[in-house]
Amino acid sequence: MARKILLEHLNVPGIETLEVFRKMGGYQAVEKVLKTMSPDDVTEEVKKSGLRGRGGAGFPAGMKWSFIDKKSEKPRYLVCNADESEPGTFKDRYLMEKIPHSLIEGMIVSSYALGAKTSYIYIRGEYFYVLRILEKAIAEAYEAGFLGKNILGTDYSLDLHVQIGAGAYICGEETALLESLEGKRGNPRMKPPFPAISGLYASPTVVNNVETIAAVPHIVNMTGDEYAKIGVGRSTGTKLISASGHINKPGVYEIEMGLPVEEFIYSDEYCGGIKNGKRLKALIAGGSSVPILPEHLITKTANGDARLMTYESLSDGGFVSGTMLGSGGFIVMDETTCIVRNTWTLARFYHHESCGQCSPCREGTGWMEKVLHRIENGHGKMSDVDLLVDIAKKIEGNTICPLGDAAAWPIASAIRHFREEFEYHVKYPEKVKDPKHFFYAPFVSEKMNASIA
Amino acid sequence: MAKVTIDGLEMEVPDGTSILNAARMVGGDIVPPAMCYYSKLKGSGGKCRTCLVKVSQGSAKDPRPMPKLVPSCSTTVQDGMVVENITSLDVLEARKGVVEFLLINHPLDCPVCDQAGECDLQNLGYKHGLAKTRYEEERRTFEKADIGDNIKLHMNRCILCYRCTYVADQLTDCRSHGVINRGDHAEISTYISKAIDNDFSGNMIDVCPVGALTDKTFRFSSRVWFTKPMDAHRDCKKCSGKVVLWEKGNEVLRVTGRKDKYGELEEFICNECRFEKKNTSDWVIEGPRHIDKHSVISQNHYELLNNIKVDIVKYQKQVAERVNKG
Ligand SMILES: Cc1cc2nc3c(=O)[nH]c(=O)nc-3n(C[C@H](O)[C@H](O)[C@H](O)COP(=O)(O)O)c2cc1C
Ligand code: SF4
Ligand code: FES
Repeated sequence: MARKILLEHLNVPGIETLEVFRKMGGYQAVEKVLKTMSPDDVTEEVKKSGLRGRGGAGFPAGMKWSFIDKKSEKPRYLVCNADESEPGTFKDRYLMEKIPHSLIEGMIVSSYALGAKTSYIYIRGEYFYVLRILEKAIAEAYEAGFLGKNILGTDYSLDLHVQIGAGAYICGEETALLESLEGKRGNPRMKPPFPAISGLYASPTVVNNVETIAAVPHIVNMTGDEYAKIGVGRSTGTKLISASGHINKPGVYEIEMGLPVEEFIYSDEYCGGIKNGKRLKALIAGGSSVPILPEHLITKTANGDARLMTYESLSDGGFVSGTMLGSGGFIVMDETTCIVRNTWTLARFYHHESCGQCSPCREGTGWMEKVLHRIENGHGKMSDVDLLVDIAKKIEGNTICPLGDAAAWPIASAIRHFREEFEYHVKYPEKVKDPKHFFYAPFVSEKMNASIA
Repeated sequence: MAKVTIDGLEMEVPDGTSILNAARMVGGDIVPPAMCYYSKLKGSGGKCRTCLVKVSQGSAKDPRPMPKLVPSCSTTVQDGMVVENITSLDVLEARKGVVEFLLINHPLDCPVCDQAGECDLQNLGYKHGLAKTRYEEERRTFEKADIGDNIKLHMNRCILCYRCTYVADQLTDCRSHGVINRGDHAEISTYISKAIDNDFSGNMIDVCPVGALTDKTFRFSSRVWFTKPMDAHRDCKKCSGKVVLWEKGNEVLRVTGRKDKYGELEEFICNECRFEKKNTSDWVIEGPRHIDKHSVISQNHYELLNNIKVDIVKYQKQVAERVNKG
């Protein structure tokens, strides 16, 4: 069995209560840091651990913390990003729902490291029941003296609040989240200034993902050096992967970084192989925003190395033949999947979620969705395929926040790897009329057939 | 002071100046177009992305290029920065993309739009756009609405530059005007259709780069190029009283603020001057107004950039000559 850190005590009955959580070693890190470590010591441990942001971008957490403006007179804030709205990603929910205290302990330890006296958890609107779980856990923590004034008799005090969002994906982008938390419309801000200098209420702020924060107490307990031993190279520690799609065992798995993708998909410990004995067709490895991979690039990289579950290995080959670890939303697609339909579905999502502030994303996402809708339903033209590539190119890199890129990449990569399937939709409109067109007879590449014969 | 180079032209500007404003200090072709930035409105800019430029050298200290194109209106200059505007094909390509994005859902109703002839989007389209549209889908539509007694909102034409919301926020004392909804369904709106009644609300019309906000006292009375702009002023207790009268014969059809060559108001004017003083006898006429902006009003001074490559070579030569000379 692989090593579990975040989910080690998942199956202990009552782990959602403070009492059982403490029995399993919970809140030890709070005692340790408050009584034996300075805030900078904690940051130093996190730096040593090599922990990288689990929200998508993979930015080193310790480094982000060290950017916080310590000279500012203003209060500092830690904000936990629990907006988790990326299609395919549902790991933060799992963690908060099952072991809520692990996040709260992480918030206390991290806030101490940053010198924050007030911290926030911003949770997506649809997770209303999780909000209730967190609120209950926070009340327990206040009662036990882990939150509030003079925690454990030290002179450190911390207030922790949970704020619920209203269901907008864009509020997961850190600056839109801060706007929303301030009670405004959730439009992303222009950067610079970065939140570390001017974030919540124009004060120095760190925004981190749920999983990032929950890993911090474990790093404190086991030391950063020990944590860094898990994993491969610059991808250290364990990662929660939310696996979905055509697999036998969908769910949330904790893996050690460096696990081969092949093992993750086919081992019974994890996804348990493709459902109904079908053939694997494509993979979205890290949430809907990352480039899609075709079968031949999933388990091996373009140079033939085994593909591993690490930041580096998954992005090996860049946009041409790689993808990204992203937020760990692992979506497996078998041969019955229509890539065009899948791409259109994603395009619809980004069109719906664009905040509408900047013109390339506002107009481009809608345009791409409409063109894809046309192709999928057999009303497309050959030139539409190149049109899509061109629109995606004109959005990418030209927007305020990365949502524009996130909308462009899945489409550009789907056309790069599955162009023939798009062209098939244009060539044989009558064959794609039935929405289940590849369900009974999977798409077969004519080119490939010709080369075999 | 910071030394910056824009399209081969070196200049020295005060620290903290944006790239766009640095370019405006020199003027001419190197000034990127700006559809959302408005120097007199705090927080404006960064949204339309027409002003994107390439920073090929970040600063003297850190010469690395910036990884993406940056909005020149909201990027401050660094000492030793090198910027490419019309000398970069990437920039021109991206800008063409932005213009196309702004136009796909914009109705092509210039023949019946009051803004035609003094419309920033029209000018931008002429300069950078494609002559043909690649957009086949239906354009999005909204209902027309009234914002108070004197302003018409024609949301179909809006490019969501957010300028009017900043006017409402910064010139008026209640925050009742803003953006509702998301993405390409976003629209500007007064909170639950509450009319904005305020002494300075009329300035929204002047800051709107397109025909989304128009003056109801002027709508459909004349094409702007048939009217004669005259500088005029009056004693006004609320504002400077310095305006432009748009006359036809001896009739005052419209009153607006005075715009500079970048389409920005020199001073905001009050609603009384704008909507209520429509007789020449209300005003002291100073004389005909010269319109600097290249637009229909200044008699077809459109410059086409249709053969960009050739233009760039020519342009670079001119720059080289200018640099060599001085
Ligand atoms: C459109 C968009 C949506 C995002 N949604 C989330 C999200 O739901 N949860 C999250 O943790 N990060 C999300 N991010 C990433 C955050 O902006 C930010 O990078 C992250 O919260 C930083 O935390 P980390 O360093 O711990 O990963 C999103 C980014 C973008 C551009
Ligand atoms: S890229 Fe999209 S979501 Fe991000 S600021 Fe621009 S319009 Fe809003
Ligand atoms: S003027 Fe700079 S982005 Fe609009």
